[in-house]
Amino acid sequence: MTDLIIATLGQGLLWSLLAIGVFITFRVLDIADLTVEGSFPLGAAISATLIVEGVDPVVSILAAAIGGMIAGAVTGWIHTKLKIPALLAGILTMIALYSINLRVMGKANVSLLRMDTIYTFFEKLSFMHTWALALVGLLVAVVTCVVLFWFFGTEIGACLRATGVNPQMIRAQGVNTDTMIVLGLLLSNGFVAVSGALIAQGNGFADVGMGVGTIVIGLASVIIGEVLFGTRSFVSNLISVVLGSIVYRIVIAVVLYLGMPPNDLKLFTAVLVAIALSLPTLKAKWQSR
Amino acid sequence: MLELTGIVKTFFKGTVNEKTALRGVDLRLESGDFTTVIGGNGAGKSTLLNSIAGVFPVDEGKIVINDTDVTKMPEYKRAAFIGRVFQDPMLGTAGNMQIEENLLLALRRGKRMGLKWAFVPKEREFFKERLSLLGLGLEDRLTARMGLLSGGQRQSITLLMATMMRPDLLLLDEHTAALDPKTAANVLTLTEQLVEEHKLTTLMITHNMRDALRYGNRLIMMDNGKIIFDVRDEEKKKLTVKDLLERFEVAGEGGLSDRMMLG
Repeated sequence: MTDLIIATLGQGLLWSLLAIGVFITFRVLDIADLTVEGSFPLGAAISATLIVEGVDPVVSILAAAIGGMIAGAVTGWIHTKLKIPALLAGILTMIALYSINLRVMGKANVSLLRMDTIYTFFEKLSFMHTWALALVGLLVAVVTCVVLFWFFGTEIGACLRATGVNPQMIRAQGVNTDTMIVLGLLLSNGFVAVSGALIAQGNGFADVGMGVGTIVIGLASVIIGEVLFGTRSFVSNLISVVLGSIVYRIVIAVVLYLGMPPNDLKLFTAVLVAIALSLPTLKAKWQSR
Repeated sequence: MLELTGIVKTFFKGTVNEKTALRGVDLRLESGDFTTVIGGNGAGKSTLLNSIAGVFPVDEGKIVINDTDVTKMPEYKRAAFIGRVFQDPMLGTAGNMQIEENLLLALRRGKRMGLKWAFVPKEREFFKERLSLLGLGLEDRLTARMGLLSGGQRQSITLLMATMMRPDLLLLDEHTAALDPKTAANVLTLTEQLVEEHKLTTLMITHNMRDALRYGNRLIMMDNGKIIFDVRDEEKKKLTVKDLLERFEVAGEGGLSDRMMLG
């Protein structure tokens, strides 16, 4: 039972980077960015392929981050320079990444069986696999929160936030909102790709289909976190997102335990997100009666 | 200071909705001119201000601010010269951010922003001092979210922000139109105070003829995309609402809106 709890916690923490990435676009920039469906498996593909080639697991994660950042920047460029709506720009990059991910891996699936991963270091310190996952997840989540807290408190970070809230106002202060949107998408997809790399190393494989539904998982985590843990300040909002990611995994673990077929998971998650996103509207309707 | 030569702007060119908003506007503002702009709906007042601010490119003409040709400059670059307050109080500030965060962005208007920590204690004192000028008690609420404030409070802060780094040019686009009469009067008094304090060159659109006469040292009237009347100083002081109405009748376009008549 403890093992199950730790495993769930670990999954939640490792996936929390995806949630943070989605938070940056969906909440900070106010854009629904579907690039994540492609940048998540991109991170996994880059990391797994490099590890098989004998590259250090940590270096492979950095490479994954850079790959994700490029993917995000491409979406940003399509959106701001070619003036294609953000949602569509994200879809275009996502579709393009499917082919790119196949090219990176050379096939649909890369196995990391018996390969050294970032978790091996902890396993050698005689931690169990699930504990290694949870420890790495905790480390990465904490570092990410600290770095983002600092970044969004800097001048550029404040401009990025203002771009999402009121682009007209921040343009009037002399800030190029196009640059800010590209920067936000770049950062977001960097984190998403790292999440993909960490998950691939944890699961022991990268698969071209592993990105399906990631945007919904990210949204679910963001919304669950905000509803349960609040959005008082920017820091508390970030931590809420991480906790939301963990709660999401707990919910999934519970419904699976209760006997829901794993194939129905995506349907379940989609319904969950649809309900959560419509709550404000439903509430308003209810109150106006 | 500000020089506009032959500004032409047509929206939706080549479609059935084609509308020429500015038909060759020439305007020269001297440094320190506080100019009020009046005109009926669709006269081109807002288009004029937005053209200067760079919200969209103009079709023809030249815009020079302080000897710099800004005609081709994007909006965000022109912000280095221009302070702006919009009609909608929600547009001038970021509602989801703290008062202090809004102010510190304004303090860096037109400057290169980097990865420096944005919150500087010394600036906080300065913000408090500026906010206390408003007499709204906001100096004690630096970390309150902007969205919690009323329209009048937000518009007052937007004014502070627009003038915090002294702009070469202050553009006010009916910035009191969305406020109740009492608040509007307060915001206008604050406007005059700040313009005088910083000796700002100002262009203020208003629908209210009495305000247009009361404030500033110069008045221009627009109709159908052109400036049809331009008075300053002594001549302007002698002007009455009746004179303005006669001018509108000469223009004959019937561009007088109810809002102007009732204002």
